[in-house]
Amino acid sequence: MNADAEWLDVACGAFLLAAVGVVWRRDAAASSRLLAVQGAALAAIAVVLGADRHHPELYAVAAGVGLLRAVVLPGILRRAVTASTEDRETRPLMNVGASLLATAGLVLLAYVAATPMVRLENTPAARALPVGLAVVLIGMLVLVTRRKALSQVTGFLLLDNGITAIAFLAAAGVPLLVEFGVSFDLLLAVLVLRVLTTRLRASFGSADLDDLRELHD
Amino acid sequence: MDALLLLTPVGAASLAAAVYLLLGWRRITAHVASAASAIILADAIALAVHVTRRGPIDVASGWLHADALSAFMLLGIGTIALIATAASPAYLASHDGERDGSRRRYAVLVCLFLAAMATAVLAGNLGLAWIAIEATTIVTAFLVGHTGSRTALEAAWKYTVICSTGIALALLGLVMLYDAARHANLTETDALNYTLLTAHAHDLDTGVLRMAVAFLLLGFGAKAGLAPLHSWLPDAHSQAPAPVSALMSGVLLPVALSQILRVTAIANPALGTGYARTLLTVMGLGTLLLAAIALIRQRDYKRMLAYSSMEHMGLIAIGAAIGTPLALAAILLHIAGHGLAKAVAFTSAGHILATEHTTSIDRVKALARRQPVLAGIFAAALLALLGFPPFSLFASELALARAGFAAHLGLVIAAALILLLIAFAALAHHGGRMLLADADHDAPAPSPALSTRAYTPLITAVVVLAALGITVYPISSLLNAAAGVGH
Repeated sequence: MNADAEWLDVACGAFLLAAVGVVWRRDAAASSRLLAVQGAALAAIAVVLGADRHHPELYAVAAGVGLLRAVVLPGILRRAVTASTEDRETRPLMNVGASLLATAGLVLLAYVAATPMVRLENTPAARALPVGLAVVLIGMLVLVTRRKALSQVTGFLLLDNGITAIAFLAAAGVPLLVEFGVSFDLLLAVLVLRVLTTRLRASFGSADLDDLRELHD
Repeated sequence: MDALLLLTPVGAASLAAAVYLLLGWRRITAHVASAASAIILADAIALAVHVTRRGPIDVASGWLHADALSAFMLLGIGTIALIATAASPAYLASHDGERDGSRRRYAVLVCLFLAAMATAVLAGNLGLAWIAIEATTIVTAFLVGHTGSRTALEAAWKYTVICSTGIALALLGLVMLYDAARHANLTETDALNYTLLTAHAHDLDTGVLRMAVAFLLLGFGAKAGLAPLHSWLPDAHSQAPAPVSALMSGVLLPVALSQILRVTAIANPALGTGYARTLLTVMGLGTLLLAAIALIRQRDYKRMLAYSSMEHMGLIAIGAAIGTPLALAAILLHIAGHGLAKAVAFTSAGHILATEHTTSIDRVKALARRQPVLAGIFAAALLALLGFPPFSLFASELALARAGFAAHLGLVIAAALILLLIAFAALAHHGGRMLLADADHDAPAPSPALSTRAYTPLITAVVVLAALGITVYPISSLLNAAAGVGH
């Protein structure tokens, strides 16, 4: 049990650090590598919980989650990066220092906000719940402060990883059928965004969201 | 028999999608989508009769569930789908430059869109409903960007990012709700079953439920076009092909809203009516305010219709906030009336665009003189949206105001009425200019008018809308039963 709790803390720590890394490094290639690390950490969380709760079903879920979030989704992102040349955030809405400061604030906020859920079940897993919520908030931050299409996809993936982590830590995941449907939807959504990025680039010359100014009142 | 009633709508729409995938868009397949819509409508009528007489149906250990609210929503999907799919051949014909592949994609996606919406309203499990609603975002993303123009792509991008994010917040809410339910000793499959959740609402941990409800309302609210995550709506609804706009505005928004009703039915017994009411009032009034402001300075008639959808959704959210049986019956009638009126408005706006070649309000003039039939239909839809009798929106807005005063929410209703008045003035002004303003001397001659066959479904819808305003008798028992579900 104790060893399990330690492994869980290591996995959750890696999970959170990867999100902070995305805020720190702003080029899309690094982001896709960090997302792969985060996906692996997420799968590790599922494996540790499966061992702890003697829930062999979770191993299968871990394999699926690992494949999707550590290999497939970062892979899609990486291929989109190599297709473009200008993937660096050159004019971000917030500089690195301010973003990291905001991230620290969001982590604190997550710890405060998650108290009702932690109180519900005082186990090592539940105590790690704020990490998931923190990653959700960091994902939102990345979504609203980045201007490149690919960075927004990164933010969206962070948000989704955070939600999956909360699902694992809170109640060992949602029902298997729902988890499968959610993953499938996520994959399709990212593919849709990938296709749209390509088309945007073809018709706007870049995937800089600042160029998306045609529609207004 | 029960299972058949629940599986037919999704099956018919999926089958139609498969037909288009295999055979493409041809003369003989042009009406397959309409046939599927007719099947959905027929099934909805059978389902409505069944549930009002014999109560809700559960199939597949609660994964699929139909009560009066589901039947009511399915009725809306079938009706609006029939109008929209009947208009699709005319839409595709007016875009002659399109390749066969693009027509096939359009037809397949529209059918999948219908299948996803039917799944969302027939799901008995909030997780399954969530998956179906996210699926509507995925299939409609390409429909919004169908024309491939820069503006359409921009709208599709914003739509996918904002709606996927919004709906992800709803998923976070579901995860929290599931956590609370598991600790209230519900089993894995039952913990997201909304019938059981409503029954066990008192056992749920209030702290966790509060957070869950806030995220669920915010997330499903994003799909329903409610503030603060509404900014995709005017772009997506104005850029999508007209029949798709009709479906998105007429049924997709209410389908998302019906999930909000499911959530409040769980939240109210456990948290008291005040919590969800406060959140929904803020969201509803905010949406109304933004819509009213945007309507005043609107120059594009498709965007004008989109903001009018936001206006009505804001009003419906306020009705959901009131939450009494009278208010719920009123908003369901309002959903039906708005769906029909908006489907007619968007479809005729599509015909106007096809013949006038502009979406600018200023450049469409004297439509009443140049295209009397089309102008008449468009005007009827606008009058219905403005809340004039005999159309049903008049009756439902009146009932909503009464319900609000009865629930001692006079201040909220007063604020809503002032904003409605602003929206009314703006919409009437813009509509009047399009229909009645003098034509310029250099105004381009309109393209040949459409055949009467294209108008038939629209005129039928307007007549139904007026009939609903005079008497709701045919659906009154369903309406009351459905209002009871949300309570």
